[in-house]
Amino acid sequence: MTTSPSPSKPPHPISASPSASASPTPSPALSPPALPPRRKISSEGFSHAAQPTTAVSSIDISTLSFPDGSRGTFPSNAPGPVSVPISGPSATPNPSGYGTPTQNSTLGDASDAMSIMSLAAPTTRAQGHGGDLASLVAGGLNRKSRAWNMLRSQSSDAVQPFESIELGIPGNLAGFAREFDDIPDGNTDEVRMALWKSKMKHYMILSSAGKPIYSRHGDLSLINSYMGVVQTIISFYEEGQNPLLGFTAGDARFVIAIEGPLYFVAVSKLGESDAQLRSQLDALYMQILSTLTLPTLKSIFVHRPSTDLRKPLEGTESLLSSLADSFTKGSPSTLLGALECLRLRKSQRHAINNVFLKCRSEKLLYGLIVAGGKLVSVIRPRKHSLHPSDLQLIFNMLFESGGIQAGGGESWIPLCLPAFNNRGYLYMYVSFFDSELDEPTPATEPTPATEPTPATEPPEPSPPPNDEAIALILISPDKESFYDLQEMRTKLAAQLTTPKTNHLALIRTAARAGRPRIPSIAPGSQIAHFLYKSRANVQFCMSPLPSRPSSPSQDTLSDREGLETTLTTRRRLMSIYHELHASVHARHAHLRVLHAVASDAASLAWITPVFELYCVAGPHVSRTAMAQGANAVVQWARREEERLFIIGGGVF
Amino acid sequence: MADSNLPKPSSSVKLVLLGEAAVGKSSLVLRFVNNDFQENKEPTIGAAFLTQKCNLPTRTIKFEIWDTAGQERFASLAPMYYRNAQAALVVYDLTKPTSLIKAKHWVAELQRQASPGIVIALVGNKLDLTSDGAGDAADGSGEDGGEDSGDARKISTEEAKGYAEEEGLLFFETSAKTGYNVTEVFTAIANAIPETSLKTARGPGASHAAGRTEEQRVNLNGPRDAEAKDSCAC
Ligand SMILES: Nc1nc2c(ncn2[C@@H]2O[C@H](COP(=O)(O)OP(=O)(O)OP(=O)(O)O)[C@@H](O)[C@H]2O)c(=O)[nH]1
Ligand SMILES: [Mg+2]
Repeated sequence: MTTSPSPSKPPHPISASPSASASPTPSPALSPPALPPRRKISSEGFSHAAQPTTAVSSIDISTLSFPDGSRGTFPSNAPGPVSVPISGPSATPNPSGYGTPTQNSTLGDASDAMSIMSLAAPTTRAQGHGGDLASLVAGGLNRKSRAWNMLRSQSSDAVQPFESIELGIPGNLAGFAREFDDIPDGNTDEVRMALWKSKMKHYMILSSAGKPIYSRHGDLSLINSYMGVVQTIISFYEEGQNPLLGFTAGDARFVIAIEGPLYFVAVSKLGESDAQLRSQLDALYMQILSTLTLPTLKSIFVHRPSTDLRKPLEGTESLLSSLADSFTKGSPSTLLGALECLRLRKSQRHAINNVFLKCRSEKLLYGLIVAGGKLVSVIRPRKHSLHPSDLQLIFNMLFESGGIQAGGGESWIPLCLPAFNNRGYLYMYVSFFDSELDEPTPATEPTPATEPTPATEPPEPSPPPNDEAIALILISPDKESFYDLQEMRTKLAAQLTTPKTNHLALIRTAARAGRPRIPSIAPGSQIAHFLYKSRANVQFCMSPLPSRPSSPSQDTLSDREGLETTLTTRRRLMSIYHELHASVHARHAHLRVLHAVASDAASLAWITPVFELYCVAGPHVSRTAMAQGANAVVQWARREEERLFIIGGGVF
Repeated sequence: MADSNLPKPSSSVKLVLLGEAAVGKSSLVLRFVNNDFQENKEPTIGAAFLTQKCNLPTRTIKFEIWDTAGQERFASLAPMYYRNAQAALVVYDLTKPTSLIKAKHWVAELQRQASPGIVIALVGNKLDLTSDGAGDAADGSGEDGGEDSGDARKISTEEAKGYAEEEGLLFFETSAKTGYNVTEVFTAIANAIPETSLKTARGPGASHAAGRTEEQRVNLNGPRDAEAKDSCAC
């Protein structure tokens, strides 16, 4: 999909869809239960920002554009994965457009590439492919961002530097905490159906022949007839050479993606844009390819179009569901199409990379150290790159869907990384480092004082254990290479925990320290939360997400309540980011600063060719205060760039 | 878990678990290695590698365990795991008839393709779901007979045991959930491995050195070995 541009599909289907704005209620059966309409598209088109909208005031902000850094086009959608497969036709315009403004001048966006280059330090030229994590331009900003200068100068003026809009109303998240509960068996079908309809998000996968393959909620027997209706509608339009891409029914937005013999459907009452939903569906498709490979998928349906794909996909369901749930909870990584790294000192990361490289097995293709879903270190061959969408699948398997970690021991997993090569399997060795490994360093236990940032910051309150798990991931094309990689792990574990330097303990300390906190980044700032994406590095960082109170009570009931509040608060925050993101990417301004207010929050998006910053504050925080906070975060991110992001990684 | 301080000869035994999806292979391993059980265990993807020591009176056996995925799509990878295995645990779910059929396929494949001396144990898991959950009751219920409430057994002990004796397999009924008979399986295997096929402990990572010289086929006397006094170190 977005990662491998399919010629059969227009790159930006939403705007090309005549049916997108039509809102037929296709079947009474499909319409959600009567709820007060949360958002009216006509009056609050912003919440579906991929559609043309008039709800947004259009203050001209062209005064803020760069002379040279701003000529890139910013397509109105596709926040999706930002990689281009190696095998992919590099002449194809980059489907996601904005995510890969750097390296590969054979990609369409030459002007974007130029503008990045002009801002980036003249360091190692990347040899990779557009959007690949590893082929990122090294360096970054060596001089002050012009965008920053401009924003600063403007924000102190009387001139309004911002475009201002109103966000959609907070919406009804009341039932959100029960979103992830199972629909219990043993009730009447009506009760179960009502529960099913009360879900705010659905993902369904079916074959073009109408065979159900996957549904996030409800067993397939419950919703079989719904799948049938969906299939009928989609094929009706498909036969007319005018594929149905989306429609609205009540307060639910339906978005459809067709991938060969598979139909993917997302149904959302959470207000994401079509492009955002589409990139979520894309990730589900990538997971299916990861299980089967593209040739297998094709041959299954060529031979028997009526095949029930559930059998060959056995066991993939839980991976699809954990992906789906991370989207429903709100995934900054998916929204931004970027990866998060563990913040480490540059010298520490460098040392870890070097140890990693030194222990490398001949059989290794990629090596990764990941702490709680945050990348710590990467090593790779010079001619191969890593793709964020592939890493998303791996991280989901290891950190979101508990199976691998709970199993204990070491794992040896065949998987296809579709953005790397959708035609074959690679083999992934996974081992989690026990915390005992940190111990055998009686000599010089690294003092937290040498690591200034974690020391000054209290740890993120009670992070779930997954936030601290440190995984070693070694990927090889050779299915027989388990013992070689196991040996590599043994060597590496020894080298990472020498008495002189216990790298592993450092990693664990950094993981425990949690995400960077605003009071230490921008003291006195009124910003409550931010997302910062480095576009060149295809990586992002953010302040801690809402989490449970630091002293979880023993009482399971209030524990559950705490969890529910956390879920809902986090979703609200992520909904604001989704609206902001959709809105700012829906427009074609060159430099975009967008200030948005909602009844419960003020927010700001600031997009330059170098970075994207999104931040949220309380509803009464002034624009000036937001701008000051934003400046502080951007300055900090620039200063810390080499700690926050992996630039290049270890290359062999 | 305290290892005996007496220096005993120790050797590694490569063991593979095979069987239909969801019969409880990973659960048996989790019980053996961590003495733990998880109600909703996720299916294994690919295979997991774990180790656990087993103390016998005269020696220590270090099991190198390959817990394979039972799902059909991983079946083609199985030879990689049983190729040099000295022992195999073929697991079925005694509440699920198809799983014994699958187990028989695995036994046949092992007898054809694996090392000639491989020690195979046939294990009927989920005994806790049957009325004779304690494991010692005379089981009256035949394949279709177990309709009385609380008994989900679909495969009689006789049937499976008879098959195991014919094929010269060790045979156990276990419950990973309660832990019943789990260490016994591993102890019996450890005892059944012929002394001659045991090598002394190796450095990690060396176990892929193939070409383990194989010995004569072992003649097993079935579950008698289970009476070994020592149990595993877990
Ligand atoms: N009642 C009962 N349930 C069990 C027992 N052993 C396993 N289970 C359950 O059966 C399900 C499958 O167990 P697993 O251990 O994952 O099965 P597996 O053979 O490893 O499955 P694959 O990895 O897919 O091949 C899980 O929900 C376990 O909790 C048992 O002895 N009794
Ligand atoms: Mg398993």
